[in-house]
Amino acid sequence: MVRYIIRRLLGALAVLFIVSLVTFGLFMVVPVMTGASPAYLYAGKNPSPELIANIEHGLGLDKPIPEQFYMYMKGIVAGRTDLTDGTADGSRPCPAPCFGYSFRYQSPVWDIIKDRFPVTLSITVGAAIIWLSLGIGVGVLSALRRGGFADRASMVFILLFLSLPSYLFAILLLYVFVYGLKWLPPTQYVPLTESPVKWFQALILAWITIGFGSAALYARLTRANMLETMSEDYIRTAVAKGLPRKTVVRKHAMRAALTPILTIAGLDIAFLLGGAIFVEKVFSLPGLGLLFVEAIGKQDLPVIMGLTIVSSLFIVVANIIVDVLYSAVDPRVRLS
Amino acid sequence: MTITTSTESGTGVPLRPDALLQVRNLRKHFPITQGILFKRQVGAVKAVDGITFDIANGETLGLVGESGCGKSTAGRTIAKLLEPTSGNIIFNGADITGYSRSQMRPLRSEMQMIFQDPFSSLNPRHTVGTIVGAPYRVQGSLSDKDIKTRVQGLLERVGLNPEHYNRYPHEFSGGQRQRIGVARAIALQPKLIICDEPVSALDVSIQAQVVNLLEDLQSEFGIAYIFVAHDLSVVRHISDRVAVMYLGQIMELADRDTLYSQPRHPYTHSLLSAVPLPDPDSGSRRERILLTGDLPSPINPPSGCVFHTRCWKAQDRCKVEVPLVREISAGHQIACHFPEDRPVFGQGGQTIHGPAPTDQELAAQERDRDLARGGAVTGENIAHETELGWQKRQD
Amino acid sequence: MTQTIDSSASLPSAPPTSFLEVRDLHVTFPTDDGMVRSVDGLSFKVERGKTMGIVGESGSGKSVTSQAILGLHNSTRAQVSGQIWLDGEELVGKSSEEIRPLRGNKMAMIFQDPLSSLHPFYTIGDQIVEAYRVHNKVSKDVAKKRAIEMLDRVGIPNAAKRVDDYPHQFSGGMRQRVMIAMALVCDPQLLIADEPTTALDVTVQAQILDLMRDLQKEFNSAIILITHDLGVVAEIADDVTVMYGGRAVEQGSVRDVFYSPQMPYTWGLLASMPRLDRDRKGRLDPIPGNPPSLINLPNGCVFSPRCVYRDRVGAACVTDRPDLTPVSDTHRVRCHIPAEQSQRIWLNELNPNL
Ligand SMILES: Nc1ncnc2c1ncn2[C@@H]1O[C@H](COP(=O)(O)OP(=O)(O)OP(=O)(O)O)[C@@H](O)[C@H]1O
Ligand SMILES: Nc1ncnc2c1ncn2[C@@H]1O[C@H](COP(=O)(O)OP(=O)(O)O)[C@@H](O)[C@H]1O
Ligand code: SF4
Ligand code: SF4
Ligand SMILES: [Mg+2]
Ligand SMILES: [Mg+2]
Repeated sequence: MVRYIIRRLLGALAVLFIVSLVTFGLFMVVPVMTGASPAYLYAGKNPSPELIANIEHGLGLDKPIPEQFYMYMKGIVAGRTDLTDGTADGSRPCPAPCFGYSFRYQSPVWDIIKDRFPVTLSITVGAAIIWLSLGIGVGVLSALRRGGFADRASMVFILLFLSLPSYLFAILLLYVFVYGLKWLPPTQYVPLTESPVKWFQALILAWITIGFGSAALYARLTRANMLETMSEDYIRTAVAKGLPRKTVVRKHAMRAALTPILTIAGLDIAFLLGGAIFVEKVFSLPGLGLLFVEAIGKQDLPVIMGLTIVSSLFIVVANIIVDVLYSAVDPRVRLS
Repeated sequence: MTITTSTESGTGVPLRPDALLQVRNLRKHFPITQGILFKRQVGAVKAVDGITFDIANGETLGLVGESGCGKSTAGRTIAKLLEPTSGNIIFNGADITGYSRSQMRPLRSEMQMIFQDPFSSLNPRHTVGTIVGAPYRVQGSLSDKDIKTRVQGLLERVGLNPEHYNRYPHEFSGGQRQRIGVARAIALQPKLIICDEPVSALDVSIQAQVVNLLEDLQSEFGIAYIFVAHDLSVVRHISDRVAVMYLGQIMELADRDTLYSQPRHPYTHSLLSAVPLPDPDSGSRRERILLTGDLPSPINPPSGCVFHTRCWKAQDRCKVEVPLVREISAGHQIACHFPEDRPVFGQGGQTIHGPAPTDQELAAQERDRDLARGGAVTGENIAHETELGWQKRQD
Repeated sequence: MTQTIDSSASLPSAPPTSFLEVRDLHVTFPTDDGMVRSVDGLSFKVERGKTMGIVGESGSGKSVTSQAILGLHNSTRAQVSGQIWLDGEELVGKSSEEIRPLRGNKMAMIFQDPLSSLHPFYTIGDQIVEAYRVHNKVSKDVAKKRAIEMLDRVGIPNAAKRVDDYPHQFSGGMRQRVMIAMALVCDPQLLIADEPTTALDVTVQAQILDLMRDLQKEFNSAIILITHDLGVVAEIADDVTVMYGGRAVEQGSVRDVFYSPQMPYTWGLLASMPRLDRDRKGRLDPIPGNPPSLINLPNGCVFSPRCVYRDRVGAACVTDRPDLTPVSDTHRVRCHIPAEQSQRIWLNELNPNL
């Protein structure tokens, strides 16, 4: 088991390395080769060639490409001190893990990400709680009452939220609860540590938007899995043993039906941790998603790269966690 | 191409040079590998481990044995759906062992296969016309109109309504689907059809219909069959000669009447005595040989005689010395140090028990199961859909 | 004479003397295509220590019958009527919750495919312990000891160690032994085995049948053995019910059914199977055609579209449903051919040619 995890972690490192390589190539090397040096982005209108050269030097763009990449990777592990903007104020400190220095934010990329991450984490956790409890609850219930009222009602719920575009839903929520009923103040994110109530008020609509949309999907999946599991032979055996229906459903059916769903949930959560771009934008929540949007708008390459690598880290790690959990639940899966 | 058909391979078995199919020392091992990037082989499933036999034109060879003993693998390897590990397959005078897929293609018209599961062996998205006409289309020499006429003729021949040309497999019952499979197999008038449990999934009454159909087609077109089945009574009915397999090897091979009335191998005796007879009083008239446990794993088969762990006649010699296949009378081969002489159903009344597995054997079996589970067992399927029909999965 | 009306109203309601008595059982599934009459007026009795074999082609209603006895049908999707008396207690009118204490306790069941019938996520020990503790108030340790004892009894080597293994770690025959151990853990008086050996090899089948025979002697249980293999029935059953199209077409002692069968379908089954204990036949005699659809049963005798003896009777075969009529104390047959005539047909035309 431990050996397996170590092997998987090594594999994850390899994946992350490749992701970094590709991102690096895409954002740093390709523009230079096509003659559009990223330095122009920082140099204002009609820059002098010296200024460009200076900035390029400050970004390390004048070094050979392999060296640049080496420096970048080394920065992630050990931090770097060689970053300057080529102007008078000299060097920009960037302790490990250093994903470069953002000239737009005047701060190391990692600090920005660290700053914004709690917002995204808050969104993700809240939304996941809603979609897992609601989705699985509705799915199990409708499978157990197949064809009954609860099942049909949940079908309506599922259909509604699967077909309702989430941007429409989000804007609808915003107009009804914030501008219409005025139950909620116009959103202004406040950290949980500062004021739990304001934190909650700022996030609830985002949770509902993501939570309900995903809940519909999860309800559909859960329902299908539950129905399939309930018709398995081992469920018939459990009933034939004389087990109470509650035990049959909880211990025998749900464990088998929900295992694959938790796998999917793990990956979905990891994906969301990389930033809920749309929702953060609509509700002005300054998380990683919004950061990404801003960075693209400002063409802030180091931030875009940093975010890409960090979100792939989430996915890679989630993959490992999910696989290990799966093998803990299903004895037929062996990790070796 | 000429073949040297001396008595090779140390089996004292005379060969029949006129045979349609000669199988010599055929092996098929599925490697078990471990590792993600660099696979290393940690063992092999010895599914078929050195079998030798001949089939003449128009003859039926039955292949019986417990599940997992390698019957299907043998059939698939002979049809070159699986790449043989070693040995020779000589079909119609040509050694096809090393033939590539494209070399095999012209031979597909002469050697066909029928599968067990009438539900998964037909492509659900193709009409009956497409399925049965596929062999003609692969050959590419007939117009669509001719193909349709031929296919309808075939459907009629196997007892299906030619009007059902445009229907899909799910609209047919199990027995009818099996007829579709038969129609496809005989489309090009093959010389050999390998039937892998063609009637096992069918009800008795339907089973008899398909068996009769296969027999009629054989006498009409002179087709030879390899008939794989685990039902000993069906095999007796349809076969001219019968080979009994155990753990990838042939234990006994004889003509039908000899095998069923004077079997000499202890395993054949055990199998025959285990068949329940539709006669309530037979129990008291017949001697029963009860084997203990299950088939050992084909990953590490027992030493010496592979049957010795369950054999009711086993002696010390059996554990160390592999019994060679030998001919004990004309056309009757067995692999056993101590052939049995008793009449087939014994004297009656009593029960003989096979030895119980030792703790050592049990532990070894468990190890093998773990190995097979932990590693990836790979078996490549090298034939193409239209060549031998659609297969959902390999079993 | 005809008998097409549901006759459950006229059934005797007095408890029977037999240990298990099924009276006029009907199980119907309403589906989009119509009513599926899976079991249509089935009756039989089983005493303790005796084995009833139920044979028939696939789709003839064998499994549906057994599941009805255990009350496993979903009441919203299956309509069950008739009477099932188990040891003086009527089960059909009972709710699932009322039958539950009997399941796995007084009556237990084993299924065809032992791998899919065991939960893949729990050890076999856990599954047997669960079956025991749901009906017996004992600690986990006591239950586990009992599980090991049962595994040992059904011939699992190293039971104390293997009790902690998962189902996929066992071979097919061993899994079926595990299923039997689980079914017998509460000493059931009725054991229903639905094709217990169909998925197994003959050699393993012989072991399992042997085990069931031994256990029956030891526990004096009543067994219902469902199979499509006439050989298995002949080997182990005391009485036989031959089912076709959801109804019993012939019922009797095992000797009645194998030595003087009187119904063309039973004849057809016996004639279509190649037999090891007879000389090899030149050709098998299959039953022509296919089993009926249970939605649109043919008029008259359900077997009439496939029956080659129809002309010996005439129109009645396609217009009147034959009754299950006694031909002796133990033997009942559903066919219009008069008993003496069918006896002659069997003795002169069929038996010599099997
Ligand atoms: N839940 C259900 N809904 C509708 N029809 C059903 C249902 N269960 C069974 N049937 C039908 O009832 C008939 C009898 O089924 P059953 O499973 O008892 O057959 P069987 O004799 O056990 O066959 P087999 O040997 O294939 O198991 C079949 O036609 C089947 O399609
Ligand atoms: N594609 C494959 N890969 C690995 N092992 C296989 C494959 N096909 C068959 N085997 C193994 O080979 C052995 C013989 O299988 P098979 O020929 O299918 O048996 P039978 O037909 O007698 O039931 C079994 O142990 C089986 O698990
Ligand atoms: S060689 Fe020995 S173990 Fe093998 S079958 Fe003959 S008697 Fe049995
Ligand atoms: S009643 Fe008629 S059709 Fe039915 S089995 Fe008897 S002879 Fe055949
Ligand atoms: Mg097979
Ligand atoms: Mg069934």
